[in-house]
Amino acid sequence: MPDYISHDHEHDGIDRRGFLQCMAWAGTGLLWTISGGVLASRTLAEIGKAGGSLPAATDLSFLQISDSHIGFSKEANKDVTETFKIALDRINAMPTPPSFLIHTGDITQLSKPEEFDTFDQVLKSCKTKDVFFVPGEHDVLNDGGKFYRERYLKSVEAKGAGWYSFNKNGVHFIGLVNVLNLQAGGLGQLGDEQLEWLEADVKDLSASTPIVVFAHIPLWAVYPQWGWGTSDSERALGYLKRFGSVTVLNGHIHQVLQKIEGNVTFHTAMSTAFPQPAPGTAPSPGPMKVPAEQLRSLLGLTNVQYKQGKTALAVVDSNLS
Amino acid sequence: MITLTPKYKMAALLCGIAFLNLSLFALGGEMKNADSSKQNRIEIKDFAFNPKTLTVKSGEKITWINHDDEPHTVVSVEKQFKKSTALDTDQEFTVTAGAPGTYTYFCSVHPKMTGTIVVEK
Repeated sequence: MPDYISHDHEHDGIDRRGFLQCMAWAGTGLLWTISGGVLASRTLAEIGKAGGSLPAATDLSFLQISDSHIGFSKEANKDVTETFKIALDRINAMPTPPSFLIHTGDITQLSKPEEFDTFDQVLKSCKTKDVFFVPGEHDVLNDGGKFYRERYLKSVEAKGAGWYSFNKNGVHFIGLVNVLNLQAGGLGQLGDEQLEWLEADVKDLSASTPIVVFAHIPLWAVYPQWGWGTSDSERALGYLKRFGSVTVLNGHIHQVLQKIEGNVTFHTAMSTAFPQPAPGTAPSPGPMKVPAEQLRSLLGLTNVQYKQGKTALAVVDSNLS
Repeated sequence: MITLTPKYKMAALLCGIAFLNLSLFALGGEMKNADSSKQNRIEIKDFAFNPKTLTVKSGEKITWINHDDEPHTVVSVEKQFKKSTALDTDQEFTVTAGAPGTYTYFCSVHPKMTGTIVVEK
Protein backbone atom coordinates (compact mmCIF):
# COMPACT_ATOMS: atom_id res chain seq x y z
CA MET A 1 0.00 0.00 0.00
CA PRO A 2 1.61 3.26 -1.03
CA ASP A 3 1.83 6.01 1.53
CA TYR A 4 1.22 8.67 -1.02
CA ILE A 5 -0.24 9.33 -4.39
CA SER A 6 2.69 8.03 -6.34
CA HIS A 7 1.39 7.59 -9.85
CA ASP A 8 0.00 10.01 -12.30
CA HIS A 9 -3.05 7.98 -13.23
CA GLU A 10 -4.82 10.86 -14.87
CA HIS A 11 -1.80 12.14 -16.74
CA ASP A 12 -2.43 15.55 -15.33
CA GLY A 13 1.03 16.14 -14.02
CA ILE A 14 0.14 15.53 -10.39
CA ASP A 15 2.57 12.98 -9.08
CA ARG A 16 3.56 12.63 -5.44
CA ARG A 17 6.32 15.20 -5.53
CA GLY A 18 4.28 17.72 -7.41
CA PHE A 19 1.36 17.09 -5.17
CA LEU A 20 3.36 17.68 -2.02
CA GLN A 21 4.87 20.81 -3.50
CA CYS A 22 1.57 22.35 -4.37
CA MET A 23 -0.08 21.56 -1.09
CA ALA A 24 -1.25 24.70 0.58
CA TRP A 25 -3.00 25.43 3.79
CA ALA A 26 -5.64 27.97 4.50
CA GLY A 27 -7.71 29.19 7.40
CA THR A 28 -10.78 27.96 5.69
CA GLY A 29 -12.98 24.93 5.61
CA LEU A 30 -13.81 22.58 2.84
CA LEU A 31 -17.28 22.27 1.47
CA TRP A 32 -18.31 18.72 0.85
CA THR A 33 -21.14 17.89 -1.46
CA ILE A 34 -22.69 14.55 -2.00
CA SER A 35 -24.35 13.87 -5.26
CA GLY A 36 -25.28 10.35 -6.20
CA GLY A 37 -23.02 8.99 -3.49
CA VAL A 38 -19.93 10.70 -4.87
CA LEU A 39 -18.25 13.33 -2.78
CA ALA A 40 -16.62 16.43 -4.13
CA SER A 41 -15.05 19.29 -2.24
CA ARG A 42 -14.22 22.91 -2.88
CA THR A 43 -12.78 25.48 -0.55
CA LEU A 44 -15.03 28.17 0.82
CA ALA A 45 -12.78 30.81 -0.63
CA GLU A 46 -13.23 29.39 -4.07
CA ILE A 47 -16.98 29.22 -3.71
CA GLY A 48 -17.05 32.80 -2.48
CA LYS A 49 -14.85 33.88 -5.35
CA ALA A 50 -16.94 32.11 -7.94
CA GLY A 51 -20.03 33.68 -6.45
CA GLY A 52 -22.03 30.66 -7.48
CA SER A 53 -24.25 28.35 -5.62
CA LEU A 54 -23.91 24.65 -4.99
CA PRO A 55 -24.19 22.26 -7.91
CA ALA A 56 -27.79 21.75 -8.85
CA ALA A 57 -27.70 18.01 -8.36
CA THR A 58 -26.42 18.30 -4.81
CA ASP A 59 -28.32 16.11 -2.43
CA LEU A 60 -26.43 17.09 0.67
CA SER A 61 -23.66 19.46 1.55
CA PHE A 62 -21.66 19.72 4.70
CA LEU A 63 -18.51 21.38 5.76
CA GLN A 64 -15.36 20.08 7.40
CA ILE A 65 -13.29 22.31 9.65
CA SER A 66 -10.38 21.08 11.69
CA ASP A 67 -7.58 21.80 14.11
CA SER A 68 -8.64 25.18 15.46
CA HIS A 69 -6.14 24.85 18.35
CA ILE A 70 -7.78 27.64 20.34
CA GLY A 71 -5.24 28.77 22.93
CA PHE A 72 -2.21 28.42 20.67
CA SER A 73 -0.31 31.71 20.57
CA LYS A 74 3.13 30.90 19.24
CA GLU A 75 4.99 32.26 16.24
CA ALA A 76 3.23 30.12 13.66
CA ASN A 77 -0.01 32.02 14.32
CA LYS A 78 -0.43 34.33 17.28
CA ASP A 79 -4.16 34.74 16.80
CA VAL A 80 -5.78 31.43 16.03
CA THR A 81 -9.11 32.69 17.34
CA GLU A 82 -9.13 35.29 14.59
CA THR A 83 -8.40 32.79 11.83
CA PHE A 84 -11.10 30.54 13.21
CA LYS A 85 -13.48 33.50 13.03
CA ILE A 86 -12.47 34.10 9.44
CA ALA A 87 -13.29 30.50 8.62
CA LEU A 88 -16.74 30.92 10.15
CA ASP A 89 -17.26 34.18 8.27
CA ARG A 90 -16.59 32.30 5.06
CA ILE A 91 -19.20 29.73 5.99
CA ASN A 92 -21.71 32.45 6.80
CA ALA A 93 -21.04 34.08 3.44
CA MET A 94 -21.91 30.99 1.48
CA PRO A 95 -24.90 31.52 -0.79
CA THR A 96 -26.25 28.11 0.13
CA PRO A 97 -25.34 27.26 3.72
CA PRO A 98 -24.12 23.76 4.49
CA SER A 99 -26.48 21.41 6.27
CA PHE A 100 -24.02 20.93 9.10
CA LEU A 101 -20.38 21.13 10.09
CA ILE A 102 -17.95 18.41 11.03
CA HIS A 103 -15.03 19.37 13.25
CA THR A 104 -12.28 16.79 13.03
CA GLY A 105 -10.58 17.55 16.31
CA ASP A 106 -8.02 19.65 18.14
CA ILE A 107 -10.63 22.21 19.07
CA THR A 108 -8.15 23.49 21.66
CA GLN A 109 -4.41 23.58 22.17
CA LEU A 110 -4.26 22.41 25.80
CA SER A 111 -7.75 21.09 26.69
CA LYS A 112 -8.31 24.06 29.00
CA PRO A 113 -11.93 24.86 29.85
CA GLU A 114 -11.38 28.50 28.92
CA GLU A 115 -10.11 27.43 25.50
CA PHE A 116 -13.22 25.35 24.92
CA ASP A 117 -15.28 28.33 26.13
CA THR A 118 -13.62 30.64 23.62
CA PHE A 119 -14.23 28.16 20.83
CA ASP A 120 -17.90 27.86 21.73
CA GLN A 121 -18.30 31.60 21.99
CA VAL A 122 -16.84 32.16 18.53
CA LEU A 123 -18.78 29.26 17.06
CA LYS A 124 -22.02 30.99 18.08
CA SER A 125 -21.45 33.41 15.21
CA CYS A 126 -21.84 30.57 12.73
CA LYS A 127 -25.24 30.50 11.05
CA THR A 128 -24.97 26.75 10.60
CA LYS A 129 -25.84 25.40 14.01
CA ASP A 130 -25.45 21.64 13.68
CA VAL A 131 -21.86 20.62 14.39
CA PHE A 132 -20.54 17.10 14.81
CA PHE A 133 -17.26 16.58 16.62
CA VAL A 134 -14.55 14.02 17.06
CA PRO A 135 -11.72 14.73 19.52
CA GLY A 136 -8.10 15.43 18.74
CA GLU A 137 -5.32 14.50 21.13
CA HIS A 138 -5.17 18.15 22.20
CA ASP A 139 -8.76 17.94 23.45
CA VAL A 140 -8.21 15.01 25.81
CA LEU A 141 -4.85 15.90 27.34
CA ASN A 142 -5.41 15.58 31.06
CA ASP A 143 -8.77 13.96 31.70
CA GLY A 144 -9.06 11.26 29.06
CA GLY A 145 -11.65 13.31 27.21
CA LYS A 146 -14.26 13.60 29.97
CA PHE A 147 -14.76 17.36 29.56
CA TYR A 148 -14.91 17.03 25.77
CA ARG A 149 -17.50 14.25 25.89
CA GLU A 150 -19.73 16.14 28.31
CA ARG A 151 -19.78 19.21 26.12
CA TYR A 152 -19.60 18.09 22.50
CA LEU A 153 -21.62 14.91 22.20
CA LYS A 154 -25.00 16.17 23.35
CA SER A 155 -26.69 15.82 19.97
CA VAL A 156 -25.51 12.28 19.22
CA GLU A 157 -25.89 8.86 20.75
CA ALA A 158 -22.25 8.37 21.62
CA LYS A 159 -20.86 5.05 22.76
CA GLY A 160 -17.69 4.10 24.61
CA ALA A 161 -15.09 6.86 24.52
CA GLY A 162 -17.30 8.98 22.30
CA TRP A 163 -17.79 7.29 18.93
CA TYR A 164 -21.14 7.43 17.16
CA SER A 165 -22.95 7.29 13.85
CA PHE A 166 -25.89 9.05 12.24
CA ASN A 167 -27.71 9.21 8.93
CA LYS A 168 -28.33 12.22 6.74
CA ASN A 169 -30.06 12.08 3.37
CA GLY A 170 -29.25 8.44 2.92
CA VAL A 171 -25.60 8.85 3.83
CA HIS A 172 -24.24 7.01 6.86
CA PHE A 173 -21.78 9.08 8.91
CA ILE A 174 -19.43 7.49 11.44
CA GLY A 175 -17.42 9.55 13.94
CA LEU A 176 -14.49 7.63 15.39
CA VAL A 177 -12.10 8.31 18.28
CA ASN A 178 -8.45 7.41 17.68
CA VAL A 179 -6.63 9.66 20.14
CA LEU A 180 -7.13 7.84 23.43
CA ASN A 181 -5.13 5.15 25.24
CA LEU A 182 -2.25 5.52 22.82
CA GLN A 183 0.52 2.99 23.34
CA ALA A 184 4.23 3.77 23.71
CA GLY A 185 5.92 3.76 20.33
CA GLY A 186 2.61 3.46 18.53
CA LEU A 187 0.22 5.45 16.36
CA GLY A 188 -3.38 6.54 16.66
CA GLN A 189 -5.60 3.75 17.88
CA LEU A 190 -9.26 2.77 17.69
CA GLY A 191 -9.22 -0.23 20.03
CA ASP A 192 -11.18 -3.47 20.11
CA GLU A 193 -14.34 -2.10 21.70
CA GLN A 194 -14.76 0.59 19.07
CA LEU A 195 -13.93 -1.78 16.22
CA GLU A 196 -16.53 -4.27 17.41
CA TRP A 197 -19.05 -1.48 17.59
CA LEU A 198 -18.16 -0.39 14.06
CA GLU A 199 -18.58 -3.89 12.67
CA ALA A 200 -22.06 -4.10 14.21
CA ASP A 201 -22.94 -0.54 13.20
CA VAL A 202 -22.53 -1.16 9.46
CA LYS A 203 -23.55 -4.82 9.39
CA ASP A 204 -27.12 -4.26 8.25
CA LEU A 205 -26.48 -1.42 5.84
CA SER A 206 -26.90 -1.90 2.12
CA ALA A 207 -23.61 -1.95 0.21
CA SER A 208 -24.90 0.96 -1.85
CA THR A 209 -25.12 3.22 1.21
CA PRO A 210 -22.54 6.00 0.92
CA ILE A 211 -20.30 5.95 3.99
CA VAL A 212 -18.46 8.91 5.49
CA VAL A 213 -16.00 8.16 8.26
CA PHE A 214 -14.41 11.00 10.19
CA ALA A 215 -11.71 10.89 12.84
CA HIS A 216 -8.84 13.12 13.92
CA ILE A 217 -5.67 11.17 13.12
CA PRO A 218 -5.51 9.87 9.55
CA LEU A 219 -6.88 6.37 9.11
CA TRP A 220 -4.18 5.59 6.59
CA ALA A 221 -0.41 5.50 6.87
CA VAL A 222 0.38 9.08 5.89
CA TYR A 223 3.76 9.14 7.63
CA PRO A 224 4.12 6.69 10.52
CA GLN A 225 7.54 8.09 11.42
CA TRP A 226 5.70 11.16 12.69
CA GLY A 227 2.85 9.18 14.15
CA TRP A 228 0.59 10.13 11.24
CA GLY A 229 -1.47 6.99 11.00
CA THR A 230 -3.71 4.68 13.01
CA SER A 231 -2.40 1.27 14.03
CA ASP A 232 -5.65 -0.68 13.67
CA SER A 233 -7.30 1.27 10.86
CA GLU A 234 -6.94 -1.65 8.45
CA ARG A 235 -9.41 -3.63 10.52
CA ALA A 236 -11.87 -0.75 10.46
CA LEU A 237 -11.53 -0.41 6.70
CA GLY A 238 -12.04 -4.14 6.35
CA TYR A 239 -15.57 -3.72 7.70
CA LEU A 240 -16.21 -1.07 5.06
CA LYS A 241 -14.76 -2.92 2.09
CA ARG A 242 -18.07 -4.07 0.68
CA PHE A 243 -19.45 -0.55 0.36
CA GLY A 244 -19.38 1.16 -2.99
CA SER A 245 -18.47 4.61 -1.68
CA VAL A 246 -16.43 5.25 1.43
CA THR A 247 -14.97 8.64 2.23
CA VAL A 248 -12.58 9.06 5.14
CA LEU A 249 -12.10 12.59 6.47
CA ASN A 250 -9.28 13.35 8.88
CA GLY A 251 -7.41 16.31 10.36
CA HIS A 252 -4.30 16.29 12.55
CA ILE A 253 -1.65 17.00 9.90
CA HIS A 254 -2.77 20.54 8.96
CA GLN A 255 -2.48 20.07 5.23
CA VAL A 256 -4.38 18.53 2.39
CA LEU A 257 -3.36 15.02 1.46
CA GLN A 258 -5.44 12.52 -0.41
CA LYS A 259 -5.37 8.97 -1.50
CA ILE A 260 -7.86 6.79 -3.31
CA GLU A 261 -7.74 3.09 -2.75
CA GLY A 262 -10.44 0.99 -4.33
CA ASN A 263 -13.75 2.48 -3.28
CA VAL A 264 -12.19 4.40 -0.40
CA THR A 265 -11.19 8.02 -0.65
CA PHE A 266 -8.94 9.35 2.12
CA HIS A 267 -8.66 13.06 2.69
CA THR A 268 -6.96 15.19 5.34
CA ALA A 269 -8.09 18.75 5.94
CA MET A 270 -6.31 22.00 6.49
CA SER A 271 -6.15 23.61 9.90
CA THR A 272 -7.73 26.94 10.76
CA ALA A 273 -4.76 27.64 13.04
CA PHE A 274 -1.32 26.99 11.57
CA PRO A 275 0.39 24.88 8.92
CA GLN A 276 2.53 21.84 9.57
CA PRO A 277 5.37 20.64 7.36
CA ALA A 278 4.89 18.14 4.58
CA PRO A 279 5.84 14.62 5.69
CA GLY A 280 9.54 14.25 6.34
CA THR A 281 10.47 17.78 5.28
CA ALA A 282 11.35 19.07 8.78
CA PRO A 283 13.02 17.71 11.92
CA SER A 284 9.60 17.30 13.52
CA PRO A 285 5.92 17.79 12.69
CA GLY A 286 5.61 20.85 14.96
CA PRO A 287 3.86 24.09 13.92
CA MET A 288 5.46 25.55 10.81
CA LYS A 289 6.67 29.12 11.22
CA VAL A 290 6.49 31.34 8.18
CA PRO A 291 6.84 35.12 7.81
CA ALA A 292 3.56 37.03 8.04
CA GLU A 293 3.61 38.00 4.39
CA GLN A 294 4.22 34.42 3.42
CA LEU A 295 1.48 33.26 5.72
CA ARG A 296 -1.00 35.37 3.76
CA SER A 297 0.20 33.85 0.55
CA LEU A 298 -0.37 30.43 2.08
CA LEU A 299 -3.98 31.28 2.84
CA GLY A 300 -5.03 29.43 -0.21
CA LEU A 301 -7.64 27.60 -2.10
CA THR A 302 -7.79 23.90 -2.53
CA ASN A 303 -10.26 22.60 -5.01
CA VAL A 304 -10.71 18.86 -4.83
CA GLN A 305 -12.90 16.80 -7.11
CA TYR A 306 -13.72 13.18 -6.68
CA LYS A 307 -15.16 11.31 -9.61
CA GLN A 308 -16.44 7.82 -9.40
CA GLY A 309 -14.52 5.28 -11.44
CA LYS A 310 -11.32 7.29 -11.57
CA THR A 311 -8.29 6.27 -9.63
CA ALA A 312 -6.70 9.66 -9.32
CA LEU A 313 -7.93 12.96 -8.04
CA ALA A 314 -7.86 16.50 -9.32
CA VAL A 315 -6.30 18.96 -6.94
CA VAL A 316 -5.86 22.61 -7.79
CA ASP A 317 -4.25 24.92 -5.28
CA SER A 318 -4.01 28.67 -5.52
CA ASN A 319 -3.34 31.39 -2.96
CA LEU A 320 -4.96 34.68 -2.06
CA SER A 321 -2.04 37.03 -2.58
CA MET B 1 2.18 23.64 35.92
CA ILE B 2 3.76 23.51 39.34
CA THR B 3 7.21 22.11 39.43
CA LEU B 4 8.01 20.55 42.71
CA THR B 5 11.08 22.13 44.17
CA PRO B 6 12.39 21.21 47.62
CA LYS B 7 10.96 24.46 48.96
CA TYR B 8 7.45 23.55 47.93
CA LYS B 9 7.74 19.88 48.42
CA MET B 10 7.24 19.92 52.15
CA ALA B 11 4.34 22.33 51.86
CA ALA B 12 2.71 20.11 49.30
CA LEU B 13 3.18 17.10 51.49
CA LEU B 14 1.74 18.90 54.46
CA CYS B 15 -1.22 19.97 52.45
CA GLY B 16 -1.72 16.45 51.32
CA ILE B 17 -1.93 17.46 47.72
CA ALA B 18 -1.23 14.07 46.33
CA PHE B 19 -1.92 14.94 42.73
CA LEU B 20 1.03 17.26 42.45
CA ASN B 21 4.18 16.01 40.90
CA LEU B 22 5.09 13.73 43.76
CA SER B 23 5.90 11.20 41.18
CA LEU B 24 8.27 8.86 42.85
CA PHE B 25 9.68 6.03 40.91
CA ALA B 26 9.70 3.84 43.93
CA LEU B 27 6.87 1.39 44.08
CA GLY B 28 7.60 -0.34 47.31
CA GLY B 29 11.05 1.17 47.24
CA GLU B 30 12.06 3.74 49.73
CA MET B 31 13.48 7.17 49.21
CA LYS B 32 17.16 7.52 49.70
CA ASN B 33 19.08 10.56 50.70
CA ALA B 34 21.67 10.29 48.00
CA ASP B 35 22.84 13.34 46.15
CA SER B 36 19.37 14.81 45.90
CA SER B 37 20.69 18.19 44.89
CA LYS B 38 21.98 16.88 41.58
CA GLN B 39 19.77 17.82 38.65
CA ASN B 40 19.40 15.51 35.73
CA ARG B 41 17.73 17.26 32.83
CA ILE B 42 15.96 15.76 29.87
CA GLU B 43 15.30 18.22 27.09
CA ILE B 44 12.21 17.77 24.96
CA LYS B 45 12.92 19.15 21.52
CA ASP B 46 11.67 18.31 18.04
CA PHE B 47 9.37 15.62 19.39
CA ALA B 48 12.16 13.70 21.12
CA PHE B 49 13.53 13.15 24.62
CA ASN B 50 17.20 14.02 24.88
CA PRO B 51 19.03 12.12 26.18
CA LYS B 52 16.84 9.23 25.20
CA THR B 53 18.36 7.11 27.96
CA LEU B 54 19.43 8.67 31.23
CA THR B 55 21.19 6.91 34.08
CA VAL B 56 20.74 8.35 37.57
CA LYS B 57 21.27 7.30 41.14
CA SER B 58 18.41 6.52 43.43
CA GLY B 59 17.33 9.66 45.23
CA GLU B 60 18.35 12.04 42.47
CA LYS B 61 15.89 14.35 40.81
CA ILE B 62 15.08 14.19 37.13
CA THR B 63 13.58 17.17 35.32
CA TRP B 64 12.05 17.24 31.85
CA ILE B 65 11.68 20.59 30.11
CA ASN B 66 9.63 21.11 26.97
CA HIS B 67 11.21 23.31 24.30
CA ASP B 68 8.64 22.56 21.59
CA ASP B 69 5.65 24.67 20.59
CA GLU B 70 3.62 21.54 21.09
CA PRO B 71 2.48 20.07 24.43
CA HIS B 72 4.11 16.85 25.57
CA THR B 73 3.66 14.50 28.49
CA VAL B 74 5.86 12.11 30.44
CA VAL B 75 4.07 8.83 31.12
CA SER B 76 5.50 5.62 32.55
CA VAL B 77 4.85 2.70 30.21
CA GLU B 78 4.30 0.36 33.15
CA LYS B 79 2.57 3.04 35.22
CA GLN B 80 5.45 2.95 37.67
CA PHE B 81 5.21 6.65 38.44
CA LYS B 82 2.57 9.30 38.26
CA LYS B 83 2.28 10.86 34.83
CA SER B 84 2.85 14.51 34.14
CA THR B 85 0.12 16.82 33.04
CA ALA B 86 0.50 18.24 29.52
CA LEU B 87 3.64 20.37 29.50
CA ASP B 88 3.30 23.54 27.46
CA THR B 89 6.31 25.33 26.02
CA ASP B 90 9.06 25.88 28.65
CA GLN B 91 7.20 23.98 31.33
CA GLU B 92 8.99 21.43 33.47
CA PHE B 93 8.19 18.20 35.22
CA THR B 94 10.31 16.76 38.01
CA VAL B 95 10.39 13.37 39.67
CA THR B 96 12.72 11.79 42.18
CA ALA B 97 14.28 8.47 41.34
CA GLY B 98 13.39 5.71 43.74
CA ALA B 99 14.14 2.01 43.56
CA PRO B 100 16.91 0.86 41.21
CA GLY B 101 15.67 -0.46 37.91
CA THR B 102 14.86 0.45 34.32
CA TYR B 103 11.88 2.69 33.68
CA THR B 104 10.55 3.29 30.21
CA TYR B 105 8.30 6.23 29.49
CA PHE B 106 6.65 7.95 26.55
CA CYS B 107 4.64 11.00 25.53
CA SER B 108 0.99 10.01 25.57
CA VAL B 109 0.19 12.77 23.07
CA HIS B 110 2.87 11.67 20.61
CA PRO B 111 3.53 8.05 21.50
CA LYS B 112 6.39 7.75 19.04
CA MET B 113 8.37 9.70 21.63
CA THR B 114 9.90 7.24 24.08
CA GLY B 115 12.68 7.34 26.64
CA THR B 116 14.31 5.31 29.37
CA ILE B 117 15.51 6.08 32.89
CA VAL B 118 17.99 3.70 34.46
CA VAL B 119 18.12 4.07 38.24
CA GLU B 120 21.22 2.75 39.97
CA LYS B 121 21.88 2.34 43.67
